Formats: sequence, structure tokens, C-alpha cells
Amino acid sequence: MKVFIERTNEHREVKAETVRELLELLEINPTTVIVARNNELVIDNTKLNRRDSIKILSVISGG
Amino acid sequence: MMVCKKCSTTPVIKLSNSNISLCKSCFVRYFEKKVFKTIRTYNLIEDNDHLGVAVSGGKDSTTLLYLLNKLIKDRKDIKLTGIAIDEGIEGYRDKSLEFLKSFCDKNKVNLKIFSYKDAFGKSLDSILKSNKSIIPCSVCGVFRRYLLNKNSKELGFTKLATGHNLDDEAQTVLMNYFRRNIKVSARLGPITGVMNNSKFIKRIKPLYFMTEKEVTTYAYLKGFVDKYMECPNDSDSYRAQVRDMLNGFEAKYPGTKHSIITSFLEILPLLKNNIEYKDVIKNCSICNEPCSQDICQACKYVESLVKN
Repeated sequence: MKVFIERTNEHREVKAETVRELLELLEINPTTVIVARNNELVIDNTKLNRRDSIKILSVISGG
Repeated sequence: MMVCKKCSTTPVIKLSNSNISLCKSCFVRYFEKKVFKTIRTYNLIEDNDHLGVAVSGGKDSTTLLYLLNKLIKDRKDIKLTGIAIDEGIEGYRDKSLEFLKSFCDKNKVNLKIFSYKDAFGKSLDSILKSNKSIIPCSVCGVFRRYLLNKNSKELGFTKLATGHNLDDEAQTVLMNYFRRNIKVSARLGPITGVMNNSKFIKRIKPLYFMTEKEVTTYAYLKGFVDKYMECPNDSDSYRAQVRDMLNGFEAKYPGTKHSIITSFLEILPLLKNNIEYKDVIKNCSICNEPCSQDICQACKYVESLVKN
């Protein structure tokens, strides 16, 4: 699936079954992000499929 | 599959201090109810207040401004004004202020902006360019607090609301422990600066019990999240290191940040009663603003960093 990581402005192609697995693969702490699948927010046990478009948004304030 | 605890539809968030998941509309209701409860419990807003809201265009302060504006819309006796500080950080603050101005226009909020350049003679970018060895956040924090306090008084605010959330406060509590700065912690809490001194504006923190993740979720659902931007000077700060450590703990032991704040609020009355304030409040001999020494830190920085 296509994944956009907002904080690093990175586009990646990743295979993962769930949001939790996706964040583990990318080594992202789940408390520091919210995840949108096709622009709808989802929680960490949500199942993903390969056609999903995922955005990982940082919750950390910019300073 | 996990569903919303209240209405069994698809959840958008799992709350960190419980095993509860909520859908979009239940979460928005939960969030607003909790913020308004904080305001009532700690008496953050009173009759005839003129609220200043410290805003930057970021998600926390935009959420705060939206909620306070919503709360007071039928209160003719309460005034609200947004106050923003333009540090002069190119590619960062100029962009967030652009978003803020458009938000205030749309929501009919009066906005005042004060810049370092107008007040001190130089932008932060320019100060950092000619002073490579200084810690940006230390100087920036002093200048920002100075301008907020000074201009809040001049604008006649009775209180200044800030977008500090539970993560910010938990970080500050830990930082004060690590640096043996308990005296400063005695001045924390949902409402601060309560001492009867007209030189200081009372600060209120309506988002005090909301985590950064909850605020971001609310802001995203409400469409307040602009393009992500990080202050170019932030990455190496002491606070950033404490934040990362705390987030590591929170991931392993959910509820850690709530526990820090709950424990802190239990000891806060003891701290307030027992910490002896030896500092005498004087007036700065240069700018006449309140300070603990003969010359305030902002004027010292102006002398050493701006006029050099």
C-alpha cells in the first residue's frame, strides 16, 4: 500500500496487515502519530489492504 | 474488531488512559465536554473576562481558540482576542501566521500580532545568525513570554489562555524534577499566576487534561490541521529529549502521562503552601516590566544579542 509519512515528507510502499504492524515496520511510536486510511482516521488494530492510501500524521507540536 | 464504546460504529481513536475507543462524533463530544469541564472545575473563565488567547496557527492553539470562541459566543459580557507573536522564523512562523489570519477572519476573531523585530529590533533568524553559540529556545522563550505579558496588560486582558496540553505539562513537571527546579513547578497547574499582582496576567490552560494525540485528532476532524511544520530550532532542545523519552514510556505503559499529571496535582497544593518565595518582584530599570533582578532577562538579551 502507499504510505505518506508527513513528518519526514516521505512516500513509501509498504506491506502490512494492520496499522500496528505498519507502524512497527516503519519504527514509528504509535503515541506520536495519528493514522488516516483514505483520509479517515483509524486505530491501531484496523486491518489494511493493499489498495489503501495511508497518511501518518505527527501529533508533536512544531515548537 | 474494536468498535466505538458508545455507539458501536467505527472508532477514530483509542484513549490512552483506558481501553475505550470512540468514533468521530462521540470523540468530538467527549473532547469538548472534557475541556468545558476543566474550565468549570478550575473556574478558568469568570463574568466580564477579557480573554486573550495565545495563538500561533498550530493545532493546539487553533483548537483552543475555536473552543473558547464557541463557549463564549452567547456571553455578551466576555470578550475574546487572539494574540500571536511573530518571532521571525522564515519558512515556519510566516506560514503558520498566514493560516491563523485566515482562521480568525473566517471565525470573526479579533487578532493582534507582535513581532520580535518591532519590539527588539531584530528577528530571531537574524539574532541566531550573528550569535551561533546560543540556545535558540532559551532566548525565544524569554522574548515570547515578555511580549505576551506586556501586550496582554496593554490590551486589557484579564486572563491569557494558552494551548498547553497534558503532554506539555507532563514534560515540564519532569524537566523541573530533572533540573531541581521544584519552585518553578509550584507555579504550574490549569490556572497560574494567581498571586494578586497586577504586573502579571493570569494564565489559563483549558486543554490541560487533553493529550497531544487527542488534540491532534480533534484538530484533524475539525479541519484545523494545516501542513505539518516543525520549528527549525526545536530538534535538540532539552524539552524535545524529555518528550521523546516520555513518549517511549507511554507506548510501553499507556497512561503514564496521565499518572504524572494526576500525581502532580495531588502534591501541587503542598508545593504552593510550602515553597518559600524569596524573590522580590522589582521593576526592570530599562523597560519597567516586572522581574526578579534590576534588569529583566529580555533586556539583558537585547543588550548582549541584539545590540552587539
